[in-house]
Amino acid sequence: MAQTSQFCTFYLDKLLFGVALKGVQEVMRSLDMTKVPLAPAVVSGLINLRGQIVTAVDLRRRLELEPRPEGMLAMNVVVRSEDGAVSLLVDEIGDVVEVEETTFEPPPETLRGSVRTVILGVHKLNERLMHVLDIEKACQMTEVAEARPQCDSGHRAGSPVN
Amino acid sequence: MSDGDAEIVKEFLVESYENLDRLDRELVGLEKNPDDRDALSSVFRTIHTIKGTCGFLGFNKLEAVAHVGENLLSRLRDRKLILNPEITTALLSMVDAVRQMLSQIETAGQEGERDDSLLIATLTRLQQVPATAAKSEPVPGAESTSEAVASPSSIGEILMRRTGVTPAEILLAAEKQKEGDPRHMGEILVEQGAVRSADLVDALHIQQSSRLQATASDSTIRVDVGLLDKLMNLVGELVLARNQVLQFANRVKDTNFAAASQRLNLITTELQAGVMKTRMQPIGNIWGQFPRTVRDVALGCGKEVGVEMEGKDTELDKTIIEAIKDPLTHLVRNSVDHGIELPEDRVKAGKDRSGRLILRAFHEGGQVNIEISDDGAGLNGERIRKKAVERGVITAEQATRMPEREIFNLIFLPGFSTAEKVTNVSGRGVGMDVVKTNVERIGGTVDVQSTRGQGTTVRVKIPLTLAIIPALVVTCGGDRYAIPQVSLLELVRLEADEVGKGIELVHGAPVYRLRGRLLPLVYLDRELNPVGIKGQGVGHPSTHAGSEGQLFDFAQARAKHQQWLGRLREVLDGNAAMTVQQGGSHTECALGKWLYSIGLKKYGTFPDIHSVEKTHREFHGLVGEILGRKNQGNQAQAEHAFSQLGPLSTKILALLQDLEKKVLDCGSVNIVVLQADGRQFGLVVDEINDTEEIVVKPLRKQLKMVKTFAGSSIMGDGKVALILDVLGLAQRASVVTETRDRALTEKATESAAVAEKQTFLLFAGPGDSRMAIPLSTLARLEEFPVTQVEMSGSQWVTQYRGQILPLVRLNVVLEERRVKQRALQAPPTADSGPIQVLVLNHEGRSFGLVVDRILDIVEDRADVRSPATRASVLYSVVIGDRVTELLDIPAILRSADMSATHPGMLTRSAEVAN
Repeated sequence: MAQTSQFCTFYLDKLLFGVALKGVQEVMRSLDMTKVPLAPAVVSGLINLRGQIVTAVDLRRRLELEPRPEGMLAMNVVVRSEDGAVSLLVDEIGDVVEVEETTFEPPPETLRGSVRTVILGVHKLNERLMHVLDIEKACQMTEVAEARPQCDSGHRAGSPVN
Repeated sequence: MSDGDAEIVKEFLVESYENLDRLDRELVGLEKNPDDRDALSSVFRTIHTIKGTCGFLGFNKLEAVAHVGENLLSRLRDRKLILNPEITTALLSMVDAVRQMLSQIETAGQEGERDDSLLIATLTRLQQVPATAAKSEPVPGAESTSEAVASPSSIGEILMRRTGVTPAEILLAAEKQKEGDPRHMGEILVEQGAVRSADLVDALHIQQSSRLQATASDSTIRVDVGLLDKLMNLVGELVLARNQVLQFANRVKDTNFAAASQRLNLITTELQAGVMKTRMQPIGNIWGQFPRTVRDVALGCGKEVGVEMEGKDTELDKTIIEAIKDPLTHLVRNSVDHGIELPEDRVKAGKDRSGRLILRAFHEGGQVNIEISDDGAGLNGERIRKKAVERGVITAEQATRMPEREIFNLIFLPGFSTAEKVTNVSGRGVGMDVVKTNVERIGGTVDVQSTRGQGTTVRVKIPLTLAIIPALVVTCGGDRYAIPQVSLLELVRLEADEVGKGIELVHGAPVYRLRGRLLPLVYLDRELNPVGIKGQGVGHPSTHAGSEGQLFDFAQARAKHQQWLGRLREVLDGNAAMTVQQGGSHTECALGKWLYSIGLKKYGTFPDIHSVEKTHREFHGLVGEILGRKNQGNQAQAEHAFSQLGPLSTKILALLQDLEKKVLDCGSVNIVVLQADGRQFGLVVDEINDTEEIVVKPLRKQLKMVKTFAGSSIMGDGKVALILDVLGLAQRASVVTETRDRALTEKATESAAVAEKQTFLLFAGPGDSRMAIPLSTLARLEEFPVTQVEMSGSQWVTQYRGQILPLVRLNVVLEERRVKQRALQAPPTADSGPIQVLVLNHEGRSFGLVVDRILDIVEDRADVRSPATRASVLYSVVIGDRVTELLDIPAILRSADMSATHPGMLTRSAEVAN
């Protein structure tokens, strides 16, 4: 009997992502947010969730995707993290999927450093790929300097790899 | 053990722990005051109680230890022994042993395997040391078993227990009382000779204290902390709900509802205050054990340390107290072990033998500050630097650049210790980083400051996170922010026309003169939006008055504009002439000029000004037309056009009026005067809303980086608002520096201020003018009777200290030249009073300056100056709040022909200057 796990899925810029269902507290429609000036850019603001103040993280920004188009309201995926609940802002909520271990693949090397830490890997679903997100890393708001290995940067700059 | 027993044991444990803590304090206190009988009795009673209960519960080992301790204490109490450090140490060891056994009972339910024979032997041995002090008779069978009970007893009973008074004698006294003797039992017994008055006094003391104890213990009750937590949460929610109800009540016009909601408001406030108090404990509770800790550590290191406490009553929430207990203990041990030097070293350094450890606690800015200061050797910055580089924590280059404050904070890194010896107490480097982590876990900060050779202070700041605080709500940039009222001093509103004068720029930084003091201003919108300004930066100096001159005089503009109609009428009537260029240009008239140079820029965001501009252009277009027609001779059409002018003009006037109102409104400035770190500053916001009580919810750890915010809260309307951290904001705006060595900065500004001040001698010059010379130029002040003045040629001189002192008459010297010549030659008139002479030294020579009157000696900064208005004066300056002329001494001397070549000058000023 293969090991299965459940994921709560959602869409960001037409890409499918999933987080472990266990870590999800709830899913909400768009809520009023209070901006936090001077906070890191990924922090969209603070939300009042039934008396609990929850920090909202713009996942598009966290994953270095295009900013959400004007007029598109974000949905809230409220997850439990080490330092309290965090709301991840996504485009659309997907279904709960159950996947087996066998369909899992680690993330490709070409993924940028900052993004690679957030994505644990992908599950190959029938029609598409589901990117698995690490909840803790997704909730991380402060910049963590990524030390890029030498060959990577050399490669990117287009200079010949020795 | 049955459940009932388990309950009893639990209570026993809780009480005993408390008692043991008290024992620690009392024993340390006793060591300092061995004669404190009350303390001794209290200690005895405590041990006795423990012994009793142990026996009852079957904890034999505990009982055995307590028993020996009790015996020792009994001998102390009976003055057969005198307390000395050895005995104290042994008793403290007994306390520790009991504590350990209790802990064992707590976890395992039984005493476990222990061997306290050594301790018992020591305690037994110490009982045998003979005493030297006088003592009262050994009392037969006077084991004060019942003294341990807190119920108040009668004087007779107490006396019976403590002295040799017999029941018979007491009965006798009682009889006497029944017969009508009005005196107290005690007095009668003393008179009978059955009791000594000293014993009576003792007995009365005991009766008093046992009475007090009874009342105290009857009115307290133990409550589980978890239950209090729950209550606290519920109250927090209730506060939020109440806020919402109040908001509704404001909107709904129903008197019954309003009354009910008011009642709800009052009750909630009181409930909240009460519940918060239940959880608050004075920090003295944990400080209580520090004297013992300090004593033990000091003894162990061979040092002498005294503990002082300030702010013992500062209250903290219980959870916070639990969390900081260990960190504070470590810091205290550290201070004694590493901070304070050995007595010999201290004496060599000129300090007292005994070191001082000062614990300070106080509330400030919504946080609790706890400081642990010692007057020891201070941190060795060099050693830390070296160690850090060795460990690879920082590079050598960074080490040289790092300011001392940051170097000191390196000690909080894990594994860091520059201690030369690792002792049992500390030095292993596992302490400071744990302190920091623990403090940060509850949302606090810790930092250290030190002066080599003088001492170190570790400062712990903990926010009152679980707090419902009163706050002022303000609006800035459309968003609401809450400012804790504790930092709020006052609110100032400047109307637009006052802004220009009120807000000044000092080196480019805006300040407001608040009752004579300069208040630095911080613009909240600029602080929160460093890049770009949202809309118009309200009230910022660059957007109103200030450099661009006064606020635009709208009234004048309107008046000027109205003149146009009159002038045109004149032209049409043929009484005046005007060319099309003159009248038809919308850029040439006053209003136009202003619009296109300043107006549109300044008030560009107001839609009104654009209407003004447009209409104004139309107006002048029409004027041009009128003039054109007129000049062409077409009167009728000119008049026709003129009639259309009126409405246009009125429109312009109305627009200008509207604009003025809006500008005034917008131009007004709201300043919230705040205090942080002992400094005041003004925060400029868009709007000031009202004060509310808000529940502080801490920010997520990663958001805590943003020092400007202390937390967030949910407002009455359900929206989230950020709470400003006043200190963080002030630091960010550089209104307050980060290194907070208050004393240092105060001293620095003091000395800076003093250095700028000079001391002047004030005197009356000719025409009763106010003049001065720097005191430093003055050698002496003298007064000579006129008879002592002699003439040497045309020069007044006097014999002074064995030499001839030339006298310069200021009145004369400053006079017109011809008058001077005559005056110079005149000898002193015999009837004039004594002359005041300022003996001055100049270029190695002495001379005396004769003045009318000596006024005063004043210290003043003397920085407000203006050029001199007559010869021999350096400049005019404000000294002591009056304009004073500063004398130009070389010029005076030249005028008086006191050149260096003049014979008869004193050359040795040194002697005169004595």
